[in-house]
Amino acid sequence: MVDAYRPKTLSEALKIRNETDCLPIAGGTDLMVQKARGTGLGPGFEKPLLFVGHLPELQRIEKKEGYIHIGPAVLLSELLHNPLIPDTFKKAVALMASPPSRNLATLGGNICNASPAGDTLPFLYAADAELLLENHAFERRMAIEDFITGPKQTDMKPDELLTDIIIPDMDFPVTYYKKVGQRRGMSLTKASFHGLADVLDGYVEDLRMAFGSVAPTVVRSRDIENSLIGESVNSLKNRYQEILELYEPLIQPIDDARSTAKYRKNVCFNMLKDFLNHLEKNQGDII
Amino acid sequence: MKIEFILNGETQTIDVHPARRLLDILREDFHLTAVKEGCGEGECGACVVLMDGKAVNSCLIPAGYLEGKSILTPEGFKETPRGQILEEAFIEAGAVQCGFCTPGFIMAAESLLNENPNPTNAQIREGLSGNLCRCTGYQMIFKAVRLAIEKGEGLW
Ligand SMILES: Cc1cc2nc3c(=O)[nH]c(=O)nc-3n(C[C@H](O)[C@H](O)[C@H](O)COP(=O)(O)OP(=O)(O)OC[C@H]3O[C@@H](n4cnc5c(N)ncnc54)[C@H](O)[C@@H]3O)c2cc1C
Ligand code: FES
Ligand code: FES
Repeated sequence: MVDAYRPKTLSEALKIRNETDCLPIAGGTDLMVQKARGTGLGPGFEKPLLFVGHLPELQRIEKKEGYIHIGPAVLLSELLHNPLIPDTFKKAVALMASPPSRNLATLGGNICNASPAGDTLPFLYAADAELLLENHAFERRMAIEDFITGPKQTDMKPDELLTDIIIPDMDFPVTYYKKVGQRRGMSLTKASFHGLADVLDGYVEDLRMAFGSVAPTVVRSRDIENSLIGESVNSLKNRYQEILELYEPLIQPIDDARSTAKYRKNVCFNMLKDFLNHLEKNQGDII
Repeated sequence: MKIEFILNGETQTIDVHPARRLLDILREDFHLTAVKEGCGEGECGACVVLMDGKAVNSCLIPAGYLEGKSILTPEGFKETPRGQILEEAFIEAGAVQCGFCTPGFIMAAESLLNENPNPTNAQIREGLSGNLCRCTGYQMIFKAVRLAIEKGEGLW
């Protein structure tokens, strides 16, 4: 068996993907830990590795026709330094992992790993991000919430690679991000919340709310959001209890080594409440 | 897999399993043992080296990733003026107790100062937040970085 492939171009990589059963690896920060076997041994992979992190086609960040395109092999540290990346997204990325691991970890890896605790995901859901998946012959574009189908599960076909992450270039006057974890540096998320809104003359024109780590996948309900758009900021604040009840059935956290379901749910509701109060102040970012 | 990369300024060609960790390549194949394994999971920073000038965890890097990269280990960094200043500052500030974490902290500090030669205290903490120390309680380490900035004026 060949142990690994290191193609020079994306089309070469897609050809290998078409012909062999292989495992794409970008920064390796998820895979090297998941497959670790201990000192000296090196991790054990069942399939040959397909290195994709170095492919120039997957490393671009550019603005085109109202969209920001981010290559999946862009490093988390590069997101932090790029002027095209929205500040509120940078706030989430800055709290991920640690400075040395952010120099390895990629955005595409965080998406494809599809962890319910993946910290780039609530923003991407809230921003209506779309993904481009390609095989050697075709490409398809889909919403991120259709791509991630469960914890650690995606709709990626064995011959495909993630090749682009596409975010509408919109400016939200009100943004809110909170992540609750054990400590500031490097902690895995117990619960997180990304909120985006547009408020005009006291009325909510656009509203997006995404919760991380509290269900098998990120929770975002367009139905609930649509039922609230058009309301005044004051009325939303007063209807807080009712809004919590709308989210109650969707927020299904688990008890695990990191936290309890009860704690996670409480934290979620507090973040939601905080965000709704924040709409009233309508004054940009808080974190 | 045959891999060519630069290690402490010298081009090296190795033939290793593509998933072999850079940490093991450095310690076992090149006997560069300043790089330490604390956790093997990216959490402790004891294995930090510089890759193309930036701090990375060598325990997370598979050999196949290394092609064409330039790696600087604490052994290589020690020979440079900035490496010497950081080493002196760590000793002077009492930032070294058992010393297991020290090489990783020094490499992380170099990466931080490369990016931001004049960090605030909060930025120093953030820059070193991927490194754990079980002995010092960190204050001496933050002090060492401030001392290095003073002593090494203009070097970063
Ligand atoms: C110490 C430490 C702390 C961490 N902290 C956080 C944190 O705070 N928040 C958080 O969300 N995550 C965290 N992580 C997890 C991890 O760093 C991120 O998920 C990271 O973004 C993964 O990217 P990668 O390139 O390293 O992924 P890899 O390990 O290379 O790949 C991850 C998955 O994506 C697939 N893949 C990658 N690129 C492609 C592609 N282009 N096409 C198809 N499939 C692809 C791989 O096959 C694999 O299944 C942490 C990890 C470590 C080690
Ligand atoms: S050994 Fe690499 S970070 Fe702990
Ligand atoms: S000096 Fe002992 S771990 Fe830091």
